[in-house]
Amino acid sequence: MESHRILKESQIMKIHYVTGIAAIFVVAVHILMRLIVPFELSLEYDYIISNYKNIFYVLILESILVLVSVHGFNGIRIILLELRQSKAWENMITVVTISAMIALIAYGTRTIILANGL
Amino acid sequence: MNNTDSINEDKIVLKVYRENRGQKSGAHYDRFEVPYKKWTTVLDALLYVKSYNDPSIAIRYSCRMAMCGSCGMKINGIPRLACYTKISELETSTIECEPLSNFPIIRDLVTDFSLFFNHHKDIQPYIQSNEGVETDTEKKTFSFYQSPEDVDRYLQFSYCIKCGLCNSACPTAGTDLRFPGPQALAQLYRYYADTRDESKKRLDIVDDRHGIWRCHFAGSCSKVCPKGVDPALGIQLLRSYMLGISKDNKELAKKIEINTDKDNNSN
Ligand code: HEM
Ligand code: SF4
Ligand code: FES
Repeated sequence: MESHRILKESQIMKIHYVTGIAAIFVVAVHILMRLIVPFELSLEYDYIISNYKNIFYVLILESILVLVSVHGFNGIRIILLELRQSKAWENMITVVTISAMIALIAYGTRTIILANGL
Repeated sequence: MNNTDSINEDKIVLKVYRENRGQKSGAHYDRFEVPYKKWTTVLDALLYVKSYNDPSIAIRYSCRMAMCGSCGMKINGIPRLACYTKISELETSTIECEPLSNFPIIRDLVTDFSLFFNHHKDIQPYIQSNEGVETDTEKKTFSFYQSPEDVDRYLQFSYCIKCGLCNSACPTAGTDLRFPGPQALAQLYRYYADTRDESKKRLDIVDDRHGIWRCHFAGSCSKVCPKGVDPALGIQLLRSYMLGISKDNKELAKKIEINTDKDNNSN
């Protein structure tokens, strides 16, 4: 219906379902990684930094960051979209959620790179 | 003396919501005592009250047999057809009648269906054929052939009487006025699945921000539908086509041209 759109809603929702389901697996690995050592130890500074040095774990962290950001902010967009029906509101929601998504991914990626490169 | 009639005469209290458009402050409930039998419906009870207690109660009804879809209202909090709901099956001593949720109130139990019908029209609820349809007298006229299996694809969805109960039960319809609602979406599937329909653009009509994806599968539409349409199923089937999980392998119905002028003139 909207002529200016880049993605159809069905394409956005495809991304939403794929990121949501993929997130289940990476989040599960993330939680399991913390359960294989005593809980106290999992919060130790040295242990966390050593995790950041493990390239496989870093890839999992980065994919959690991207998947959950894309999925989560689109989820918030969906929830907010339904509240009001006006073009101005919809455009504002789209811009705000996409900006926040990009900002969070950028900031998280920076943290991962810094911790890995210490 | 035969007293069985008065002994068997059970009574319930009918609690009726009263409101005039634009006068929310005057909204209130009126209570009436109504005698009933095993077969008395809520519509019968309301008509009894109109005849003997208060003729000013506004209700909408026509067929009294779950065919026309006019008498939808909330009965004990759940959207139902008044003519299809027996007092005896409700098993409460007070029966509360309120106007349908998610529809603007005109008066008392009568609600405004304009937006609802507009959503229905938006999905183009008619067979679209490139060369003309059975009733198309301007163009050629065709006979369509459908097997029982072809009919089964959409039959259940064609039972919809546009009563609006599903939209009244739908949480998304309650917040998003541009959401087509379960009724329109189920009808979109009904025409999409019909082998006589050649439209390639149907799915695009609801593929927008306020379209089919705003269904979050509460499933309440299917629970309240009095005709067994199961609009939630229609929505999920449509989505599976839109996501590419189901492949559109519809074989169009065979068309046989009917020469209508033959009998009248020889050109
Ligand atoms: C960060 C906050 C999150 C928000 C705001 C959010 C929001 C949403 C929303 C609005 C939906 C659509 C539901 C619907 O259409 O009815 C959804 C679906 C889904 N989400 Fe999330 N979500 C979040 C996090 C997650 C996480 C961490 C996972 C996995 C570990 C996940 C997995 C899923 C899945 C698999 C679906 C598809 C199932 C469905 O549509 O009901 N979500 N999410
Ligand atoms: S789908 Fe069922 S509940 Fe909805 S309008 Fe049609 S008959 Fe009524
Ligand atoms: S009066 Fe026609 S459906 Fe109830």
